[in-house]
Amino acid sequence: MSDATLPAMPVLPAPRRMGHAAFWLACAVAALAVIAVLRGIGSEYAYFAATFVLQYVVLATAWNILGGYAGYVNFGAAAFFAAGAYTTVAIGKALGLSLLPCIAFAALVGGALGLGTGLLTLRLRGAYFAIATLCLSVVLQTLVVNWSYVGGSRGAYVIRPRDVPWPFDTYGGYLCAVVVVLAAAAIAIARTIEKSRLGLGLGLAALRDDEQAAEAAGVPTLRLKLIATTISGAMMAVAGAPLPLLGSYVEPNSAFGLAYAVNAIAMPLIGGTASWAGPLIGAVVLASLQQAATVTISSAANLLIVGVVLVVFVCAAPHGILGLFKKGAR
Amino acid sequence: MDPDLALLLNGIVSGLLLGGLYAAAAAGLSVSFGMLDVVNIAHPAFMVLGAMLVALLWGATGIDPLVLSVLLTPAFWALGAAIYVAYHHFFERRGDEAIQGLAFFFGVMFIIEIGLVLAIGPEQHFADASYANVTWRLGEIDLPLRMLVPALVALLAIGGLALFLRRTFTGRAIAAVAQDREALRLLAIDPVRIKRLAFGISIAMAALAGGALVVVQPVEASSGHIFIGRVFAVVIMGGLSSLWGCVLAALAFGVVENVTASFYGPSWSPAVAFGALLLVLAVRPQGFFGRAA
Amino acid sequence: MSEVVLRADGVGKRFGGFTALSGVNLEVRAGERLGLIGPNGSGKSTFTNCLAGAFPSHDGGFTFKGQKLAGLKSHERARRGLARTFQLPRPFRGLSVIENIRVPLAYAGRHEATEERAMECLESVELAGKAQRMPKELTQVELRRLELARATALKPELLIADEAMAGLSHAEVDQILALLFRLNAGGTTIIMIEHVMRAVTEFSQRLAVLVAGKKVADGDPKTVLSMPEVEEAYLGR
Repeated sequence: MSDATLPAMPVLPAPRRMGHAAFWLACAVAALAVIAVLRGIGSEYAYFAATFVLQYVVLATAWNILGGYAGYVNFGAAAFFAAGAYTTVAIGKALGLSLLPCIAFAALVGGALGLGTGLLTLRLRGAYFAIATLCLSVVLQTLVVNWSYVGGSRGAYVIRPRDVPWPFDTYGGYLCAVVVVLAAAAIAIARTIEKSRLGLGLGLAALRDDEQAAEAAGVPTLRLKLIATTISGAMMAVAGAPLPLLGSYVEPNSAFGLAYAVNAIAMPLIGGTASWAGPLIGAVVLASLQQAATVTISSAANLLIVGVVLVVFVCAAPHGILGLFKKGAR
Repeated sequence: MDPDLALLLNGIVSGLLLGGLYAAAAAGLSVSFGMLDVVNIAHPAFMVLGAMLVALLWGATGIDPLVLSVLLTPAFWALGAAIYVAYHHFFERRGDEAIQGLAFFFGVMFIIEIGLVLAIGPEQHFADASYANVTWRLGEIDLPLRMLVPALVALLAIGGLALFLRRTFTGRAIAAVAQDREALRLLAIDPVRIKRLAFGISIAMAALAGGALVVVQPVEASSGHIFIGRVFAVVIMGGLSSLWGCVLAALAFGVVENVTASFYGPSWSPAVAFGALLLVLAVRPQGFFGRAA
Repeated sequence: MSEVVLRADGVGKRFGGFTALSGVNLEVRAGERLGLIGPNGSGKSTFTNCLAGAFPSHDGGFTFKGQKLAGLKSHERARRGLARTFQLPRPFRGLSVIENIRVPLAYAGRHEATEERAMECLESVELAGKAQRMPKELTQVELRRLELARATALKPELLIADEAMAGLSHAEVDQILALLFRLNAGGTTIIMIEHVMRAVTEFSQRLAVLVAGKKVADGDPKTVLSMPEVEEAYLGR
C-alpha cells in the first residue's frame, strides 16, 4: 500500500493506536495537571470560569455520544442537565448528602431518564426524535415547576458546605476540581465508546448512516440506541449535578434554559461530531468565548454569539473545526 | 346551571378560541414541515418576531394589530424565501438536512430570540385592539373578542390558504411537492422554486399568527418556547400535510389544554398537551390522519 | 441431494389494500444457485425484505437451517448466516471502506474482527487497494463489490443478491458474476434476484418466477424460460 492511500489523520492530541488504559491514564494526568495549575492561580474567578467551561465539556461530550456517534439529535439536553441539578437539590435536602454521592444519584436519574426516552422514542427517526426530546424537556420542566419540595417555580437555595475537603482552600476550588475530573472521565468514556473493540462506536456509526443496512450487517440497532441514550443521559445529568452549588441557587427557567440545549448542540457541531476531540474543542472554544463575552459585553450578547457561530459553522464548515483540519491535511 | 358544568362549557369554548390561535401558529408549519419536509423548529420564533414587530408598529401608529400583521406578510414572505434559499444551498443540496439542517433552524430560533432581547429588551410587549375589552355573553358562556377575532381571522387565513392550495396551479404544485417530486419534474416545474415560494408562505403565515398572538396576550422574546412543542404536536396529530387535520388537531389541543387549566390549574396544562404529543409520537409517528411517512 | 437450507411456506404480504406477495412456497437446497426473476413490481424485493426481516409482519413463515425465523430481527437473521445485499448499494457513508467491512465482522458474533480478516474480505472483491477510501470515492461497480463484501463478511450460508448487476456494463457484470461463482464454490448458497437475463441464465441452476406476487414457475432454467406464462409475463413488460 502506498502512502497516498493512507487516511489523512486530523491533528489529534492522542495518536490512534493508544490503548484504552493508556488514554484513561493520560486523561487522569491531564486532570491532575489542570487542577494543579488552577490551584496555582488560586483565584475564585478562575475556579468559576473553569467550572463553567468544563461543565460544558461534560455536557457536549455526553450529547455527542447520541447526537454525533448515533446521529440522533437531542434538543432536550437542558432537561437532562436540569434533572441532574435537581437531583442534587432533592437528594441533598432529603438525605443531607454531599456533592459526590449526589453526582452518583444524578447519573442514575439521568440514565433512567435516557433509557425511558429511548424506549418511548425507539421508533422515531430524525426530526421526530428531536421534537420528542424537546417535548420531554417541557414536560419535565412542568413537573419541576409543580414540585414544591424543590422550590417549584421560585427555585431553591443550596448552601455550600462550610468545611472544604483537603487539600482545597475554598469550596469553589473543590467544586472546580470535581468538574475537572468529571470532564476527564467524560472524554475517556466517549473515546472508549468510539474506539471500543466490541464495536459500540462502529455500530453506532453504522446505524447513523443507515439503520436497515446496519441491521443487515448484524448490528442490533435497537440495543445500541438504548445504550447510547442511557449513557448520554447519565452523563448530561452528571454535568448538571454541580450546578446548584456553583451558583448556590437554581430555578426551573434557568436550569431548563435554552442556553444549555443550544450549547449542547452547538459545541459538538462546531468542534466536529465524528470524534471525542470535537466536543472538547467546541466546548472549550465556545464556552471560553461566552465567558469572555459575559465579562466584557453582556450575558445576552454571549448567547447571541453561540447562535451566530452555530449557524455559520453548520453552513460553512459542516464537519466542524476537526473537519477543517482534516481537509487541510489532505 | 351547575357551576362545574358552566366551568366545563366555558373551558371548552375558550379552548376552541385558543385552538384558533394554535391553528394559526401551526398552519404555516404544516406547509413547511408537513409539505416541504423542512423541519423549521424556528417557526414559533418567527411568530414571536411578527408579534413583536406588530406591537412596536402599533405603539407607533395605533393601527389595528391584525391589519398590521397582514401588512407585514410580504416582508416575511421575502424573509422566508431568502432563508429557504440558504437552507437549500447549504443543506438540502448536500444531503445534510438530518443533523446540520436541524441545528441550523435551532440556531436561527436562538438568534431571533436573543436578537429581540438585545434590540427591544426582555420585557413583555402588547398591542391593544379596540375590541380587546369587549366580551359577548351567550347565557353562561363568555365570548371575549380578544380571543374570538384573532381566531376567526386565523381560520379565514387558513381557509384562503387551503383554497389557494387546491384551486391554483401553483398551489397544487406545492401540495404535489409533498407527495411526488418526480411528477413535478415531468411537468417541468422546478421543485426548488416551488419550495422557496411555499416556505415564504409558511413564514408569512407566522407573521399573521404573530398578529393574532399579540392581540390575545402580551408577548416576550421567549414566548416562542411554549409554542414549539404545541405547533409540532398539532401538525403531527393533524397528519402533517393536511391543513384541515391541522385545524381540527389545534382545536382539540386548545380544548384539552384549557379544560385541564380550568380544573387543575394553568401550570399543569403544558404537561398534558406535551404528554399527549409524546404518546402520539410513540404510538403513531405519522399522525392520525396522515400520509405514510 | 443436499439438505434444504431455506423453506418458505405460504409467504404473503399486503400493503394496505395492495397484495404484494401471496402464498409463495419455495425450497432452497444447500449450495444451490437459485435465480429469482419476475417483472418489476412482481414481489421479488418484498420477498427479500420479508426473508431478511425488514418487514416484521407477513403471512406464512420461513424455516432456515431447520429453525423458524419468525420473531427474529434482521440482525439476528444476519448473525444466523442469512445475508443480503441491497438493490441500490447502501454503504455506511461516514465510514471508510475497510470500516464498512469491520461492522459485520464485529457484530457477526464470531470474534474475528481483525484487520487481517477485513483485508481478506476486501481482497476477495478486489477492493484491498481502496481500503482507506470513503464510499463516495468509489465507482458504481466498486460500490456493488463493497456491498457484496459486507454481506459475505458475515460468512453467510445463504446470500440474497438483490439486483447486484443493475446498470453495470457487460465486463462489470462478468466481474460480479465471477465473484458470485467463487462464493458459491466456497459453499455459500445464493439466491440471485436479477433483471440482467444473461447473468441469470449463466448463473442459475434453477429458476423461480414471481408474477404479481405469486410464484408461477420453479424448475430447470431452460424449461422455465420456455413456459408460456413466463413468456407472457415478460413480453407483457
